[in-house]
Amino acid sequence: VDIFLQQILNGLVLGSIYALIALGYTMVYGIMGLINFAHGEVVMIGAMVTVTVIKLLVAAGVTWPGPVLVTVGLLVSVPACMLLGYVIERVAYRPLRGAQRLAPLITAIGLSIVLQQVAILIWGRNYIPFPPILNHDVVTIFGASITKLQITIIAMCLLIMVGLLIMVEKTKLGRAMRATSQNPAVAGLMGVNVNSIISATFVIGSGLGAVAGVMVATNYDQAHYYMGYMIGMKAFTAAVLGGIGNLGGAVAGGLVLGVIESLGAGYIGSLTGGFLGSNYQDIFAFMVLILVLIFRPSGLLGEKVADRA
Amino acid sequence: MKNTSRKQQISWFVLCAVLLAVLPILVGNFLGNSWVRIIDFTLLYIMLALGLNIVVGFAGLLDMGFIAFYAVGAYTYALLSSPHFGLHLPFYVTIPLGALFAACFGLMLGTPVLRLKGDYLAIVTLGFGEIIRIFMNNLNAPINITNGPQGVNLVDPIHLGSASLGDTWHLGGLAFPSVYLHYYLFLALTVLVVIMGWRLQHSRIGRAWVALREDDIAAAAMGINIRNIKLLAFALGALSGGVAGGMFASFQGFISPESFGLMESIMILAMVVLGGMGHIPGVIMGAIVLSIVPEVLRDVIGPLQMNMFGRMLIDPENARQLLFGLALVVMMLVRPAGMWPSRRVVAEFSDSKAAAGSKEG
Repeated sequence: VDIFLQQILNGLVLGSIYALIALGYTMVYGIMGLINFAHGEVVMIGAMVTVTVIKLLVAAGVTWPGPVLVTVGLLVSVPACMLLGYVIERVAYRPLRGAQRLAPLITAIGLSIVLQQVAILIWGRNYIPFPPILNHDVVTIFGASITKLQITIIAMCLLIMVGLLIMVEKTKLGRAMRATSQNPAVAGLMGVNVNSIISATFVIGSGLGAVAGVMVATNYDQAHYYMGYMIGMKAFTAAVLGGIGNLGGAVAGGLVLGVIESLGAGYIGSLTGGFLGSNYQDIFAFMVLILVLIFRPSGLLGEKVADRA
Repeated sequence: MKNTSRKQQISWFVLCAVLLAVLPILVGNFLGNSWVRIIDFTLLYIMLALGLNIVVGFAGLLDMGFIAFYAVGAYTYALLSSPHFGLHLPFYVTIPLGALFAACFGLMLGTPVLRLKGDYLAIVTLGFGEIIRIFMNNLNAPINITNGPQGVNLVDPIHLGSASLGDTWHLGGLAFPSVYLHYYLFLALTVLVVIMGWRLQHSRIGRAWVALREDDIAAAAMGINIRNIKLLAFALGALSGGVAGGMFASFQGFISPESFGLMESIMILAMVVLGGMGHIPGVIMGAIVLSIVPEVLRDVIGPLQMNMFGRMLIDPENARQLLFGLALVVMMLVRPAGMWPSRRVVAEFSDSKAAAGSKEG
């Protein structure tokens, strides 16, 4: 039972990060109806920039406490990623609005490659360790251990998600976003500036991605130019699992996927009699994805959208 | 094409055939055998791209895990004719078997995703490709099937009796090294795949695919069996992928999961989309450009930097990938329908341009 609880806790940490990234996918999908394949790379750049800023500060002899350093790092990386998100939309998506559906997919993949290669140019191919500035004290809850850092990650994710939900539901920008996602043409007629709403969506999603990237880097204690791919894929799975285009669904999907994955990794060995080991962890996300799409294509919380071509 | 007379067509055809026949000898003598090898790989990519074109171009089903079928074909060949299991079955058993397995995997993937479209299909097929790769990477314990990340070594070249494509043949005073022999084999197969694609495209099935691609509900209303026609596309695409995979294993002599990553799937998809979806000459052109240009860049970038700056500013491999990514973006922006689109796509495109701004596009 201890392992069970432990895996649930691990899953929640992982899941809240997935949820944060999934929000970026689901917002863009909700508004434009396409998958932003470059989002995983935004997450990576966010992590890289933050780690670099912190390293520079530490090297310059700054002795602020860890959380302050991370906050300063975020203050640099979040705007940087927002700008990146804006540029991605302008370069890869806006010129191709109304083109064949595969065209933006290819430009997004091209941009992913460019971003990865730029990351290699700047930061090299090696894993970059996260500077040891954060408190890794362990708290024990009912026999399962969790670090204070991980508790902070979960709390921050929840806070950001609630903030985003409030923004989308209550503010003028949020209303414009919802209108655009329902029907861009009519929203335009109602005086919504559709282009700037789409830009805003990319900017917000990329900002969330940057925060998530930092969380991944702190949680695994490292950053890497290729880190965005797998986590992006899983976050997308989470978005689909929850019902793509649905913000609450992305959060639910992220948490469920995180828990499924870590439970799966914890128990796959005993379930298959030792035939498959925890190195199959990455399979769960894709298995879940395929099963959801077969049996409930609209996702956990979504309306029926699978027929959308 | 319509204006050219029959005679001209025939002379063009003969000219192309002669050129293709002497190409390895020319290239081998002027640029070296490493370039013949690159051309061999280009032919493999053309086969793959044409296979994917059936699924993506003809039937409009976005498959991003296509490399999985290539992998199935390659592993089938490698496991059945290498020292790994001590089996050395001849190619006329392993290649068809690989193609069959790949087609079965195509059906396996196709069946659950029959109801999915567009991006959803893309992401599920991508996941399928990843699952296959994860299994290849990990199926070395507790029973060693795929030999894990190390891959399978010493795969037999294609051979018939004592004649092996891995050796140099001497015919009429001319030496034909292994890369030349593989060139002719791959060329023959590519021609076969082209003919298959061509015949399919203009058959009842091909028209059914077009109907499915344009509007599946209307297609179903016209009496087309959507399920069967989709599965057929997946199976036929996978089949060509499987054959190419077997060829790859025998040619390379070594395979590992690394050769079957997502990047390869994307590469093949890019060949199809950049070339011109659903247009066989366009797809061939896309495959040629995307396989040759990176190799040219590999040879050019390093020396160019040395000449211009006197030292290496950017690692050539890095610069190559960077340029590849940029090229994908720029080419898609400049020619969103592909380099050489079919007339039908061009027509559709001018329609949708007129209706630009609408979400459906």
